[in-house]
Amino acid sequence: MSASQQTGPVTGERAAVSKVAAAIDRAKAEGRAALVGYLPAGYPSVQESIDAAIELARNGADVIEIGIPYSDPVMDGSVIQAATTEALARGFRVASVFDVVKAVTDATAALGTAVLVMTYWNPVMRMGVDEFARRLAEAGGAGLITPDLIPDEAAEWFDASEKYGLDRVFLVAPSTTPERMAMTVAATRGFTYAVSLMGVTGAREAVDQSAQRVVAGAREAGAERVCVGLGVSNAEHVREIAAYADGVIVGTAIVSALRDGGPAAVGRLAAELSSGLGRATGPA
Amino acid sequence: MAENAPEGSAAASGPNADTNDSRGPADAFLGGSLRHAAGPYYGAYGGRWMPESLIAALDELEETFEKAKQDPEFLAEIAELNRNYSGRPSLLTEAKRFSAHAGGVRVFLKREDLNHTGSHKINNVLGQALLAKRMGKTRIIAETGAGQHGVASATAAAFLGLECVVYMGAEDCRRQALNVARMQLLGATVVPVTNGSQTLKDAINDALRDWVANVETTHYLLGTAAGAHPFPSLVRFFHEVIGEEARAQILEQTAKLPDAVCACIGGGSNAIGIFHGFLDDPSVRLYGFEAGGDGVETGRHAATITLGRPGVLHGARSYLMQDEDGQTIESHSISAGLDYPGVGPEHSYLHDIGRVAYEPITDAEAMEAFSLLCRTEGIIPAIESSHALAGAIKVGQRLAAEGGDPSDRIVIVNLSGRGDKDVQTAADWFGMLDENGQVKGTTLSTRQPKGASPHTAGAVGTGEENA
Repeated sequence: MSASQQTGPVTGERAAVSKVAAAIDRAKAEGRAALVGYLPAGYPSVQESIDAAIELARNGADVIEIGIPYSDPVMDGSVIQAATTEALARGFRVASVFDVVKAVTDATAALGTAVLVMTYWNPVMRMGVDEFARRLAEAGGAGLITPDLIPDEAAEWFDASEKYGLDRVFLVAPSTTPERMAMTVAATRGFTYAVSLMGVTGAREAVDQSAQRVVAGAREAGAERVCVGLGVSNAEHVREIAAYADGVIVGTAIVSALRDGGPAAVGRLAAELSSGLGRATGPA
Repeated sequence: MAENAPEGSAAASGPNADTNDSRGPADAFLGGSLRHAAGPYYGAYGGRWMPESLIAALDELEETFEKAKQDPEFLAEIAELNRNYSGRPSLLTEAKRFSAHAGGVRVFLKREDLNHTGSHKINNVLGQALLAKRMGKTRIIAETGAGQHGVASATAAAFLGLECVVYMGAEDCRRQALNVARMQLLGATVVPVTNGSQTLKDAINDALRDWVANVETTHYLLGTAAGAHPFPSLVRFFHEVIGEEARAQILEQTAKLPDAVCACIGGGSNAIGIFHGFLDDPSVRLYGFEAGGDGVETGRHAATITLGRPGVLHGARSYLMQDEDGQTIESHSISAGLDYPGVGPEHSYLHDIGRVAYEPITDAEAMEAFSLLCRTEGIIPAIESSHALAGAIKVGQRLAAEGGDPSDRIVIVNLSGRGDKDVQTAADWFGMLDENGQVKGTTLSTRQPKGASPHTAGAVGTGEENA
């Protein structure tokens, strides 16, 4: 089941079956794409971020991304920046992310929701990659999405993710060459994160046409599971992407809902987004 | 030192060991030249800690740069611009009256302040703007702290017919309002950045966000020898001329190499430029002076190497001011150009192998040296460069204390920029302003203004154009 069956950079003992891959495959078995939802830990408080993530899972998200607020989020647009800046201003500490992961994992165990952490690399490096991975695994986390870590620099992360059986979600972009696509897909476990456009996170009117091309490129490179993110904000976008990708990633729209309407609003949005996943018609 | 030891050096050199030009302290000189280190790694530092979206652009830049370096036509173009546009070679001036305050050693100033646009920054922007044209890019973006790199970028863009957008922290815009106007006069768009600490690091974040979205048409003209590969080696390449000239000039003027070379360090571009000329001269001690702000013990400083620890920010692994969680700590310095919590990766390496000594200089020490140079040499230095001057005073006194005739000892200071931009800050520091922020004694005129027509303002504008 592991996406790293293609020779990854680290050989040796195989980790357990990817939790994220299992969640995506379950959606696939139901004839639909998976919904991947992002929320930052500690926004607007640690407890509310837990409540919101649970609402997200109960209303249709198969995979939850818990973001670690970071001082220099270069891949994030204004909405997520504002939320994570606020979390930091209120004293968010990185180690709290393990509490959030554990609480969400425990509360959604029956649903089989996979909980990933999305983080810029310096907080992981500061804690120590091995220690971070160990604590994430202990909390029940599925793995990491690493927006500013490319496989070229990820040797420590390969070791730690193998050791603790964690998924490694790397990003690929419209600018990614076929050579880098092959290298990145081979390094990935869980799913390949296809960035839909050249830009940062944020809601957009339409999903960029390049998204489909990135997904095709990833599949050509051997990716078993490809999810599309950036600029995805409504059920119509979800429907469009679900026709060709294995999963749809929504971030900014969920953070906006949490900001404006609390955890309940997150649940309502998740339910609406889920309606676009194509359960009725099946994948195109 | 234990606290500053590169915690991940073993691990970080592991994955890259085969492609790595890693040297230990022992073979800093034995292992051959330290010059022209090509990256991407400098020991355990450097690399590319960047979003995948930008890797193709970095590859394109690297390829273009590597070709250009070998292209006589490109090198001739740079040399011609340096000579006939920037005004190179810049002078090497002996500061005889200033020297008396530095233990009596002979202090020489490398006069980057005399370059067009008033600092060393022009060396790099012309080179990168030419590379941008070679890549077919029509737009450049830049970050700026004090405004010097922004002004230089706007200048190069105007000169080469490129669109220019400069990101500048809103706090820095306030501190350096005149430089905002200079950039606008040169046709650039200045975008005030209100995220985070509203200073240089946040300007870089926003420039990176712009670059990700516009990379097809846009070159990110990074202003210092930091960031993802190939920027550290590329920016150094265009500043190597400083050290090459200085070495030839000191040999010509004194027939020997200097005992020490001093430079200020923010990201570290002027320093790496002048150090490069002397890296392979073991007798020449190299000193990098970081911004000590209110004093390193206060926590309000920008002494990245002195008190930071390795981490990744803006694309490179290097020393970094960060808290226990790996969040970047806000830096503090009277000098906007040194007010940055990171530092170029080659400096981190040169620190670890002991080739360069890095020390902090407080705001107060820098301003004292600023005043001293004004009054002893008739040169108003940039506050950034004043950190190097303050350091040179200490180094000179130490050299003199080693015995012998101090006038046999030679110290070169890289005077990286001129202080015209800093007059307001200096006037404030030295108590020259009244409660309205006006220079004391300049508001005594009782004459009625001549009419109230807008042409009155026009006269002021004319004066500024000639400034």
